[in-house]
Amino acid sequence: MNSLILNAATRLLVALMLLFSVYMLLRGHNEPGGGFIGGLIAAIGFALYAMAHGTAAARRALRFDPAAISVVGLGIALLAGLSAALAGDALFTGQWWFAGAIDGEKGLPISTVLLFDIGVYLVVVGAALTIALALEDET
Amino acid sequence: MNDHGLAPGREIAGRGGGTISRGGGFGWLLAIPPAGLAVAFSAALPTVMGGGAVRLAYDWVPSLGVGLSFLIDGLSLTFALLISGIGVLVALYSSAYLAGHNHYARFSVYLLLFMVAMLGLVLADNVITLFIFWELTTVASYLLIGFDHASAKARRSALQALLLTGAGGLALLAGLILLGAAAGSFDLSTILASGDAVRAHQLYLPILILVLLGAFTKSAQVPFHFWLPNAMAAPTPVSAYLHSATMVKAGIYLLARMHPVLGGTDSWIWTLTIFGAFTAVAASVLALRQTDLKLALAYTTVMALGTLTMFLGAEATVAVAAAITFLIVHSLYKAALFLIIGNIDHATGTRDVARLGGLVRAMPVTALAAAAAALSMAGFPPFLGFIGKELKYEGALAIASEPLFVASAAVVANALMVAVAGIVALRPFYGTPSTTPKPPREVPMRMWISPVLLAGLGLTFGLAPSLIADALVQPAVTAILGRPETVKLALWHGFNLPLLLSVLTFVLGLTAYAVHPWLRRHLIAASGRLPMTADQVWDRLLDGVKSLAAMQTRTLQGGRLHRYLFVVFASFALAVGTALFATGAMRVPAGWPDLLLKHWAVTALIAAGAVMAAVASTRLTAICALGVVGVGVALLFVMFGAPDLAVTQLLVEILVVVLVAMVMLRLPGFEQGSTRRIRKLDALLGIAVGAVVTATLLAVVAAPFDRSITAYFETASVPEAFGRNIVNVILVDFRALDTFGEIAVVVVAALGAYALLAGTRRGKRP
Repeated sequence: MNSLILNAATRLLVALMLLFSVYMLLRGHNEPGGGFIGGLIAAIGFALYAMAHGTAAARRALRFDPAAISVVGLGIALLAGLSAALAGDALFTGQWWFAGAIDGEKGLPISTVLLFDIGVYLVVVGAALTIALALEDET
Repeated sequence: MNDHGLAPGREIAGRGGGTISRGGGFGWLLAIPPAGLAVAFSAALPTVMGGGAVRLAYDWVPSLGVGLSFLIDGLSLTFALLISGIGVLVALYSSAYLAGHNHYARFSVYLLLFMVAMLGLVLADNVITLFIFWELTTVASYLLIGFDHASAKARRSALQALLLTGAGGLALLAGLILLGAAAGSFDLSTILASGDAVRAHQLYLPILILVLLGAFTKSAQVPFHFWLPNAMAAPTPVSAYLHSATMVKAGIYLLARMHPVLGGTDSWIWTLTIFGAFTAVAASVLALRQTDLKLALAYTTVMALGTLTMFLGAEATVAVAAAITFLIVHSLYKAALFLIIGNIDHATGTRDVARLGGLVRAMPVTALAAAAAALSMAGFPPFLGFIGKELKYEGALAIASEPLFVASAAVVANALMVAVAGIVALRPFYGTPSTTPKPPREVPMRMWISPVLLAGLGLTFGLAPSLIADALVQPAVTAILGRPETVKLALWHGFNLPLLLSVLTFVLGLTAYAVHPWLRRHLIAASGRLPMTADQVWDRLLDGVKSLAAMQTRTLQGGRLHRYLFVVFASFALAVGTALFATGAMRVPAGWPDLLLKHWAVTALIAAGAVMAAVASTRLTAICALGVVGVGVALLFVMFGAPDLAVTQLLVEILVVVLVAMVMLRLPGFEQGSTRRIRKLDALLGIAVGAVVTATLLAVVAAPFDRSITAYFETASVPEAFGRNIVNVILVDFRALDTFGEIAVVVVAALGAYALLAGTRRGKRP
C-alpha cells in the first residue's frame, strides 16, 4: 500500500503503540491489561507497519523471526513456571521478591508472574505476526 | 521364507571362520541375565515347596491402588523357572545361530525385554501391573516376530500378532478393571481370596468373557489361532522361546491364575472345555497337513494350548495336575524341537520335510536330541511325556461333566501328535538321504547343547518324576485350586483305563504316521474346498476397517472448509439443543429485561451488524459488518464492568479484520461460493445455533449465580498473588498452567499456519 498519510502516521503511531503495549503489559497485574492484551497491541502495531512499509521493512524492524519470538516466549513462560521448583513449590506457583522492602514500605515487587506474562506477550506478538507477515508476503 | 535377516549368520558359519562375527565372540553373554534370574528363582523353591509364597511389594501409583508387587507361589514359580531356564538355553543357542548377524545386539535387547516382560507378567501380584507386563510382551513379541524387518511377510505377521493380541489385551484390561471393582481391590492376593464374591457378582459374566478374550487371543485358541503359525516368520530361536515357554503360555497362565476366582462355574467349565477341545483337535489335524517342519510344530503348539485350556476348565485335582505337568513337558520338548529344526535349517538350507532324509549320519547329535524330544512329545515311556499323557487321560476321566468328550478329544489330539512327532523327528533323519541345498554337517556345540539338554531333561524327569512333582507341580496345583493338594507322579500306574487309552493312542498314531502322505493329500484337497481360511478372514476384516476409515474421511474431511464449519456448528446445535430439551433446563423469561437505552442501542448495533454480514454482497462489507458485531460485544463488556475482556475483544477483533482482509485479497470472487439451496441451509443452521445459544444463556442466567469462586478470587487475589486485577491474576498465577497450555496452542497454530502458507507459496512457483 502506498499512501503518504499512512506512511507518515505509522512512524508515530507504531512507536506509541509499542510503548503503550509495554505499559499495558506491566500494569496488567493491578489494572486492566496484561501480556495478552499488550501482545495484541504490539502485533497490531507491527501489522500496521507492515501494511505501510512492506513486510521486509517490518521484519527488519522486528529484528527476529516472529516464529522464533513466539517459541522463545513459550520457553520463558515455561521457565517462569519451572522456577517455582527451586523454591520447592508446585509447578507455576508465583514467586515474589520485594526489593528494598522496609517496614511499611512495600519495595519494588519482582516476580516470576511478570516473567510469565512477558512470555505470554512474546508468544502473542510472535504468533500473530507469524501469520500476518506470512499472509502479507503472499500478496 | 525371505532369508534376508538370517543369511549373514549362515554364510559366516558356512565359510567356517576367517570373518569377524559380531555375535560369535561374546554373544553367549546374553545367556547370563536369564541364568542369574533362574538361580535367583530357585532360591524361592524351598519356601514354595513348603506351601508358602514370597511377596515383594513396592508402591507405584498408591493413589490408584496400583502397586509394583510380586508374588512367587507355586504357579508363578513354575512359569518363572521355565521362562528363565529355557531363556538361558535359547540365548545360548541364538548366539551361535545368529552369530555375525548385523543386528545381533538389537536382537539381544528384544529378547531380554521380552523375557523381563514375561517374568513380570507371571510374577505380578496386582492385576494392573499384570496387564502392563501383558502389553509389554505383546510389544516385545511384535519386535521379535518382525525382527527380519526387510521381509514383508515378517512385517505382516508381526502386525497381525500385535493387533490381535493387542485387541485381546484391551478386552483383558476392561475385564481386569471390572474384576477389581467386583473384588474391591486390584491386588491379586485379595482377588484370589474373594472368589465366591466375584462368582456371585452380577458382573461375573462380562468379566469372564473379557478375561477369556484376552487369554484366548494370546494363547491362540480357535478362532484366534491363525496369528501363531504366521509368527513363524520370526528367527527360529525366537519361535522356540515364544511358542514353548513364554508368549503363548501367557494366556494359559492367566487362565490358571484366574481359576480360583472365575473357575468352577458352568460357563467357565463349558467355554474352556469346548474351545480347548476344538482347538486341540483342529490344530492337530492342521499340523498333519504341513510340509514345512516349523509350521507343523507351530500347529502342534496350538494343539498343546488347546489341551491346556481344556484341562484348566476342570475342577478335579488330577485334571489340573495334568495341565501343569503337560505344560512342563510341552515347554521342554517344544523348545528342543524348534531348536532342532533350526539346526536342520541351518545345516541343510531347507525345512521342507519332503526334501529331507537320512540326516542321521551327518548330524548324529542333533538326531539323538530329536529322537529324545520326539519320544517325549509322542508320549512314549520312560519320557516325561508319557507321564503327562497318562495324567491327561486320568484327568479327562476324572472330569465330572463330560469325561467321554474330553477323553476322546485328548486321544485324537495325542494320536495325531504321535504322527507329527514322527514326521518332525523321524523323516528328516532316517530313510534315503536326499540332496539338500547345502551338504548337511553337524552344527557347532553351542547349537546342539541346548536341544540335547532340553531333551535330556524330558528323560530325567520321566525317570525321576518326583523331582518336578514335589517342586513344581504340587505347589502349582495348590496355587491354582486354592487349597492344599498332594500330587504324585509315577511312570507306572498299573493296568488301568489310561494305559489302555495310551495303547490306543499309539496304535492310532502310528497308523496315522504310516498313511500321513495320503492323509496330507486329502487334507490339502479338503481345505482347498473351504471358502476362506481364518487368515483370509482377517485380511478382509483389516481391509474393511481401512475402507471404512477412508470412507468416513472422505465424507467428514473432504477438504471443504464450508462443510467442516457446517458439521461443527450442526453438531453443536444438535448436542446442546438436545441436552437443553432433555434436561428441561430451558427457561422463558417472565418479561422484558430492565435495560437502559444505551444497552438497547448496542444490541441493535450488534443485530444490524449480523444481518449486514449475512446479506453483504462483497467480502469486505461482510468482514466490516462482523467487525461491527465484535465492537458491539466489546461495548457490552465495557458497560457491564469487564474492561479486560472488552480490550481483548476489541484488539482481537481488529487483528481478525486485518488478517482476514489480507487473506481476502487472495480469494476467488465472493459470488462463486455456495448455491442458493446451500445458502438457505446455512441460514437455517445459523438461526438454529443462535436460538440454541440464546436459550442456553437464558437458562444460565435464570439459575442462581454461584459467587463462591468469584468471592474466593476477590479475597485471595491481593494477599496471595499481590495483584488487584483479578482477571490477570487468574491468568498468570492461579491458572498459570492453563494459560501455558493455551499459549502453547497459539504457538503450534501459528507454526501450522506458517507451514501451510509456505507450502502453498512453494506450490505456486513455476
